[in-house]
Amino acid sequence: MNAPEPLSRWAQPGSSRVPFWAYTDPGLYQRELERIFYGPHWCYVGLEVEIPRTGDYKLSWVGERQVIMVRDRVAPRDRGTDHGIRVVENRCAHRGVRFCQQPHGNARSFVCPYHQWTYKLDGDLAGLPFKDGVKAVAEDGSPCVQGGMPADFDMKAHGLTKLRVEVLHGLVFATFSEAAEPLRDYLGPDVMPWLDRIFQGRQLALLGYNRQRIPGNWKLMMENIKDPYHPGLLHTWFVTFGLWRADQKSRMVMDKHGRHAVMISRRNDGGENKVVTEGVTSFKANMVLNDDRLLDVVPEPWWKVADPANPGTEIMPTVTMITLFPSVIVQQQVNSLSTRHIVPRGEGGFDFVWTHFGFADDTPEMTRRRLRQANLFGPAGFVSADDGEVIEFSQDGFRQWGEEGQTICELGGTGTGGTEHMVTETLIRSMYAYWRKVMDA
Amino acid sequence: MKEALLLQLELDRLNADYAAALDERRFDDWPGFFLEDGHYIVQGRENFDRGLPLALIALESRGMMKDRVYGITQTIFHRPYYTRHVVGAARVLPSQEGDEPGLVRAQANYAVFRTRPGDASEVYNVGRYIDEIVRTDEGLKFRSRRCVYDSEMVLNSLIYPI
Repeated sequence: MNAPEPLSRWAQPGSSRVPFWAYTDPGLYQRELERIFYGPHWCYVGLEVEIPRTGDYKLSWVGERQVIMVRDRVAPRDRGTDHGIRVVENRCAHRGVRFCQQPHGNARSFVCPYHQWTYKLDGDLAGLPFKDGVKAVAEDGSPCVQGGMPADFDMKAHGLTKLRVEVLHGLVFATFSEAAEPLRDYLGPDVMPWLDRIFQGRQLALLGYNRQRIPGNWKLMMENIKDPYHPGLLHTWFVTFGLWRADQKSRMVMDKHGRHAVMISRRNDGGENKVVTEGVTSFKANMVLNDDRLLDVVPEPWWKVADPANPGTEIMPTVTMITLFPSVIVQQQVNSLSTRHIVPRGEGGFDFVWTHFGFADDTPEMTRRRLRQANLFGPAGFVSADDGEVIEFSQDGFRQWGEEGQTICELGGTGTGGTEHMVTETLIRSMYAYWRKVMDA
Repeated sequence: MKEALLLQLELDRLNADYAAALDERRFDDWPGFFLEDGHYIVQGRENFDRGLPLALIALESRGMMKDRVYGITQTIFHRPYYTRHVVGAARVLPSQEGDEPGLVRAQANYAVFRTRPGDASEVYNVGRYIDEIVRTDEGLKFRSRRCVYDSEMVLNSLIYPI
């Protein structure tokens, strides 16, 4: 492994030109794991609804570390203050074994198969075989004890690694860091209203998963969903049917650090508008669907909220794409809702796990609608399949060039800050301004 | 016995024709393997086994299939690739309560290999077809073809039908 190169290599001021080595340097990637994924940041691990009963668990990831998200027993008197969700590392304290191999299930306790060290659901070490040795008879006939752990072995000090856990409206986040601020502060008051809008006070219903392995650096996926420039150009469906394009009313929001963002927009009727469709090869003026149930959009009451930026007025977006640095994207695109979990796999690849959901009180028609619209998204989606593809091509391009290569993110200038339109790359610049700060410290 | 063998042969021929249409990139022929309101579903095994309804692709008519064909040939940007389908022998399954007369339930294992320009061939998607087939004047048609894949990860994207 190469030693991490100092970021003084990044000679240019600002963050509007991102060096290719930010995506290709393996040493730098190790530093990202330490400082970002295992540092004072909250990482998404799953939805509470995935583990509804006591003892239910599922495997998940924080960076490259596999963790177990599990619902613990909670005494009745603690139920008001303890959500009962624990996240522990899937690594036995004894010999480092990744002991849990079932992707999901229900457990009374966790037992490592190698030497049967046993842990409670909260990660505490409950017991281990032969801790106090094995009673035997010595040669002189007197009773003795063979082996056993040292007398001062501290059970409390040898549990599983316990992560800090916070649950926000059914979304479960965890961090290895004691220094991470409380989750709501971490997300910040500019982003929170957009999470409240989708989740607050609602019971979720799990619809299922799609998983893809994308051969590109993990940051490219964060960028993709902080990039309002490409959807109306790369994605025919978005520009032709007016789901996302530059003539829509839009807003780019970010937290005060520039690490999280929300792309907010309201769909229009699509069709021709020379300002945004002329010369755009992906615009198909004559495209009509043979079966338009794929775009059977029905507005939902919760779409309309008080506008956080303009007190006294209301706003009704049809799409909010929320990037929560570093590990998750929360999507509302018309009636399709999902989380997309980024699991880094080395500097040149990541796994992308889509969890689609609806609400517990959805009618069967609404559930069917969400499932139909899911055809637009995911690894085979009319819209999202090409995002994974262009990310792969980006990484290929970075890899073939040397030290001086850099990307250009200067649509809308070189500065950072929110906008009331989508003709900008400000959210990408803002993320890299934050990234430089974290990586350079 | 003779009738059962004949049906087996017909199903294997249907699967062979289906695979050839896809591997030879005759995508416009693909919706024709289905009834007008036929269903085509590509679904991860974990969703299927756990009764979760989400699929990777879920189409409910020939119309939706034609829209998919337009998507894969005209709108979705992706690195080109060839597919090669290898389909195992069909197994005819017993009918279920409430099945319409003449409905054939069948399964077959499949492996799809992907070859991209300049690359070695790779195992792309592996699973089984779970089919409901009816006999029409134009031969056997799928009322439903559900491709349940074992592969835990889609290799970046899945564009063409399985």
